[in-house]
Amino acid sequence: MQRYSLANLLRHALNRHTTWAPAWRRPPLKDRYQVIVIGAGGHGLATAYYLAKEHGIRDVAVLESGWLGGGNIARNTITIRSNYMRDASIPFYVKSVALYEAMTRELNFNTMHTRRGMIDVIQSWGMMRDRRRRQHIMDLHGATYRQLTLPDLRRRVPALTGGGADARLPILGAFLHPEAATNRHDAVAWGYARAIDAMGGEIHQRPPVTQLLRGADGRIAGVETPRGTVRAPKVVVAVSGHTTSLTETVGLRLPLRSMNLTAFVSEPVRPLIDVIVNCPDAGVYLSQSDKGELVIGGPPDPGQSYRRDIKQGVFEETVAALLSLFPAFKRLKLLRQWGGHLDIAPDASPIQDETDVPGLFVTAGWWGGYKAIPAGGLTLAHLVATGQPHPLMEHFTLRRFRHLDYQMETGTTTAR
Amino acid sequence: MLLIPCPFCGPRDESEFICGGPVRPPRPDPAQTSDADWTDWLIQAPNPVGPVQEHWWHARGCGVWLTLWRDTRSHEIVAGASDDG
Ligand SMILES: Cc1cc2nc3c(=O)[nH]c(=O)nc-3n(C[C@H](O)[C@H](O)[C@H](O)COP(=O)(O)OP(=O)(O)OC[C@H]3O[C@@H](n4cnc5c(N)ncnc54)[C@H](O)[C@@H]3O)c2cc1C
Ligand SMILES: [Zn+2]
Repeated sequence: MQRYSLANLLRHALNRHTTWAPAWRRPPLKDRYQVIVIGAGGHGLATAYYLAKEHGIRDVAVLESGWLGGGNIARNTITIRSNYMRDASIPFYVKSVALYEAMTRELNFNTMHTRRGMIDVIQSWGMMRDRRRRQHIMDLHGATYRQLTLPDLRRRVPALTGGGADARLPILGAFLHPEAATNRHDAVAWGYARAIDAMGGEIHQRPPVTQLLRGADGRIAGVETPRGTVRAPKVVVAVSGHTTSLTETVGLRLPLRSMNLTAFVSEPVRPLIDVIVNCPDAGVYLSQSDKGELVIGGPPDPGQSYRRDIKQGVFEETVAALLSLFPAFKRLKLLRQWGGHLDIAPDASPIQDETDVPGLFVTAGWWGGYKAIPAGGLTLAHLVATGQPHPLMEHFTLRRFRHLDYQMETGTTTAR
Repeated sequence: MLLIPCPFCGPRDESEFICGGPVRPPRPDPAQTSDADWTDWLIQAPNPVGPVQEHWWHARGCGVWLTLWRDTRSHEIVAGASDDG
């Protein structure tokens, strides 16, 4: 792998940057691999990376119907955090945040990780109790949540001028999660792709998997693509939002519903907010990108959805919530909006398991799954390589549904 | 925004409704059914790319529950197989 360094930058500058090697190859698609990973999003790429790095499994093909890193990994609002609710969840997210913090060095690719912290603005006593409870559980697992006074909050976020004593929902308090961060999603996808390639794995863009193939013995046998049949004894489905469409091709039903979550951005403005601000009672969260745009998110569409734009009603409600707390933002122009398909399990926790079709693995139900990418890849590679769930993921197998042993998780951001 | 046909109020704006999720098969009698089939009924829901039958609640209107078919790709209300809403 060609290393990225100041010395190399200077060396290639002498040749007007025409001599850089491509970050990954485009090899021909073979008809057989040890492992096929479907989906070159964050979870698929991280899984292929850890299969090679931790388990020496390099004969891996990642098959992507669109382009590398063009799915939800490019459509999310890049909030990385570990302020979850359950004993089973928090250690997993603490690990994921730590892996993200180390990623730039590990992949030799600048992911622009910025530990800017997240502030939750609380406007109801129910939410206040929820956050206090979270604070204590997080304490047990090494994640930080600190209550802020109202003057502290107003000082940290000067643009937050709404929510005063005469507002419909006055602000009661706030919590700071200092580990929360943002980074550059393209760098995560490209950094993993380059590392996978360097270790011998292959990434194939464009061939969608149209059908899973099951052998006569009932085990997974491979996949069908427009470029032909590709066989493998192990197949990983990492297709965020489209999991059931694929697993149903081998008659496998999973407890997942697909939803459309949306976001929009404003025109770029001067530095205004240096922390991620989340307002769960109002139903909006935002952060400012390095370019200066405000990146704003709200709740998902009502009902299942495979649309990829924002619904007018959701958009209006989110803007109204935003203006109730940031009235000055009325003057901002909005530039773009988009959505992405996510699937969600009945308990809103992820599913990572080998399915009833032996050799077929799924990683799904990643509602806020960008933050989960490195740890999700680490744990899934472990499961695929050893046949045993990784200790950080053992509560999130399909087995839990058999006994309704739910891991009820609630997002901290917008209500579902 | 959807214009949802309420049997009492006529076509009304979606903002008056709350989506109640997809219609599942009829509820089995838990005493008469196996554990596996019972949990299956509890956790599984149709998740089609295309028309899905859903419950909607006219919460900010007359309060009725109705069902309709909606295409998950376009959000359009479509004629369904057994639409009695
Ligand atoms: C608006 C929005 C905001 C979000 N905000 C956050 C946030 O702040 N923090 C957070 O942690 N998470 C957030 N998320 C969730 C996060 O984006 C997802 O949980 C996560 O990206 C999903 O995992 P992934 O990266 O592997 O998915 P993807 O990048 O979607 O990868 C799946 C890939 O599979 C491919 N694929 C699908 N079907 C096939 C097929 N048949 N054959 C081959 N390939 C196929 C797709 O093209 C896609 O590239 C947000 C999501 C959205 C939509
Ligand atoms: Zn009505």
